[in-house]
Amino acid sequence: MSKALLQNEVIILDELDRQIIQATQSGLPLVPRPYHHVAEDLGVTVKEVIRRMKAMKDTGIIRRIAAVPNHYALGYKGNGMTVWDVPSELVNDLGHKVGVLDFVSHCYHRPRFLPDWPYNLFAMVHAHNRKEALLLVDTIAELLGKHDRGHDVLFSKQILKKTGMRLL
Amino acid sequence: MQSLTDIEKHVLNDFQHDFPLVARPYQALAEKLGTSEEIIIETLNKLKQEGFVSRVGAVFRANSIGASTLAAMSVPEQEIEAIAKKINAYSEVNHNYKREHHFNLWFVLTASNEHELNAVLDDIEQETGYPVMYLPMIEDFHIDLGFDLDFNSNYDVESAN
Repeated sequence: MSKALLQNEVIILDELDRQIIQATQSGLPLVPRPYHHVAEDLGVTVKEVIRRMKAMKDTGIIRRIAAVPNHYALGYKGNGMTVWDVPSELVNDLGHKVGVLDFVSHCYHRPRFLPDWPYNLFAMVHAHNRKEALLLVDTIAELLGKHDRGHDVLFSKQILKKTGMRLL
Repeated sequence: MQSLTDIEKHVLNDFQHDFPLVARPYQALAEKLGTSEEIIIETLNKLKQEGFVSRVGAVFRANSIGASTLAAMSVPEQEIEAIAKKINAYSEVNHNYKREHHFNLWFVLTASNEHELNAVLDDIEQETGYPVMYLPMIEDFHIDLGFDLDFNSNYDVESAN
């Protein structure tokens, strides 16, 4: 099944899947056998942990497993949430075009909230500084062309809270 | 200011989307980089301690579990700290950023279902006295392949600590 088909469907996770998510979301232990560690905590075999994680990766629940870099610490200080007002009937096509740009880390269609908020396409851009970030905004604007009916960039000033996803 | 070693750069950049799902993943990384498991673990520990890596682990798709939404509020500058504190006290809030905009507080809420999510939104409005604009994701366009870090530019890299 393709990941796209899963977009708005509910994926059923069982208790063990949830436990694995809970045990790994804040990070894998930095020991030679990290999945063994997880398996032992949950009282299952390491084979089962790896099998479940592979399955969640295949269905797109796990996007990737990685050393997650802290962009800010690495010198990426121009982190902007760019927001765009594009025609509703084109938002899917345009979203896919923006989503593949290598400097965009997240790209979402969200509802407008009128009259306060006319923007329906969100793209996070990461650059070394603001000046560079604004050039990336220009690149997106060019790509959208006449379909860009208005846009804005919201730079983050301060991280007030950042934790992993809360589990149910 | 400090610079990253070659091994640190590779560890950061090369495995953003295919960290191995095998019994000894750090050993597998070591083989690809021509080094030892011990050095990989040591490097990751150091990167974590210095704040360059927030964690080594799974990145879960937004909205794959329960219900979530991006939410924003417009609050007076002098009240922002106090209001952020109230919002952050909710365990349903996992990210909260101050942004330069009329809407200056942006946070992400996750709950087990939509009903609970709406209850928390109502609660936050009541407790802070300001309306919440909520913008749940409709579609995710990004194919998340990680982020190609540009180490060739002469920008300052400094410790986050």
